[in-house]
Amino acid sequence: MHADKVAETEKLAKAIRVEPSAAREMVRFDKVVKRFGDNVVLRELDFHVRPGERITLIGPSGSGKTTILRLLMTIEKADGGKIHVDGECLTHSNRGGREVPADEKHIRTVRKKIGMVFQQFNLFPNMKVLRNVAEAPVHCLGLSRGEAEARATELLELVGLGAKLDAYPSQLSGGQQQRVAIARALAMQPKVLCLDEVTSALDPELVAEVLDVLRNIAASTDITMLCVTHEMKFARDVSDRVLMFDQGQIVEEAAPDKLFTQPEHQRTRTFLRALLEEH
Amino acid sequence: MIWDWDYTWDILPDLLRGLVVTVQATLVGSVVAMVLGLVFALLRRSRATPVRVVTGAVVEFIRSTPLLVQLYFLFFVLPSLGITLSGFLAGVIGLGVHYATYTSEVYRAGIEGVPRGQWEAATALNLPTSRVWRSVILPQAIPRVLPALGNYVIAMFKETPLLSAITVLEMLAVAKGLGSQTFRYLEPLTLVGLLFLLVSLPASLTVRRLERRYAR
Repeated sequence: MHADKVAETEKLAKAIRVEPSAAREMVRFDKVVKRFGDNVVLRELDFHVRPGERITLIGPSGSGKTTILRLLMTIEKADGGKIHVDGECLTHSNRGGREVPADEKHIRTVRKKIGMVFQQFNLFPNMKVLRNVAEAPVHCLGLSRGEAEARATELLELVGLGAKLDAYPSQLSGGQQQRVAIARALAMQPKVLCLDEVTSALDPELVAEVLDVLRNIAASTDITMLCVTHEMKFARDVSDRVLMFDQGQIVEEAAPDKLFTQPEHQRTRTFLRALLEEH
Repeated sequence: MIWDWDYTWDILPDLLRGLVVTVQATLVGSVVAMVLGLVFALLRRSRATPVRVVTGAVVEFIRSTPLLVQLYFLFFVLPSLGITLSGFLAGVIGLGVHYATYTSEVYRAGIEGVPRGQWEAATALNLPTSRVWRSVILPQAIPRVLPALGNYVIAMFKETPLLSAITVLEMLAVAKGLGSQTFRYLEPLTLVGLLFLLVSLPASLTVRRLERRYAR
């Protein structure tokens, strides 16, 4: 590695600061059920993710991969089962020795550990780039405006947008907006980062700049990543484990080299072939 | 009947004083309508079902009864309950509360127009709900509904003559008084119409310009 590359990696590691976890499992789903009306999206799903592990979720659309991220981020509510994050239960809390559905306050404390980047970026269009990144640390981490902006500036420089602090999101390209969104998620110092098809809405030539940023983050921090993507090269480079989903269940899971070259399951083979033809 | 110019110049100052009262009532009434309308809109989205239901019922009740009846109630009935309001105060409260039921619908549309992804991003950042409203949702919702709110201000302006029914000396009340003294109604009533036009026309044009600016 070049010296400046090493320096950059160290800077990223310092800026992002992922606290080490004592838990054996960073994320655990226990028999999680999710329905939308009559449509059962997840049927008693079990899986876990170790601290620092990078997981890629693949599968046809409607197979429930995005729903997993949204449940973890508490954007959706599970209809059954339990979700644990970093040793704490996200879906339930303990009241007088009895387990009850988690209330807003409990969810809020556990949710701090999780961050998310969306397909459509979802930046706040009424705020400049710097405030997009600094807003949550001020109100949720108790940083002063000055501290939060200093850290936001640092993060934005690391994703290559040091020159765009005073721009509005609408003045940026899709790739730039998505990099702001990544910086914004990291500013909250989550232990788990959910990436929901973060390059699907981008023009093809802008995909690389976003993936490069994510590769850097993966290489220089211990952050746990759950990634829904159709970028197979990226998945191969970054992830430790790939989970193939179909109809709300895990069909097959393996290290990327194994799963992409010698898939065991017929469903995985047809899915990967279809994906290759598309590209 | 021929137009009497001397009489016209005589009564103009009185009518202009009436216009000042009309404008004042509109401005104060608008502030009430803007603030209370937002409160209604937020309460109607409350997580507590009773709050939603009660607010909905109150809004529906106010909207479905005539403003004049509400003004009479405030001015003539409340004193028997020990609450005596001046005509002006009863008038601006009546106008403000009545129009708040309209502006609450405007705010509701504006709030619902903010994409769901904005709420989701705010959730992902763990922002407290009150902060999401102040920093994310309302700053996006309100600019878009400013033209619609402006239209209600103009509509309210044109309804202020109702306040003459509860002794407020706004422009129409002044004109009627002048007419009954001299038995000449042509000049005062024509002037009232012209003065209303003089204010509401530029106001409408301004709102139209706002509309164009926020139309994307």
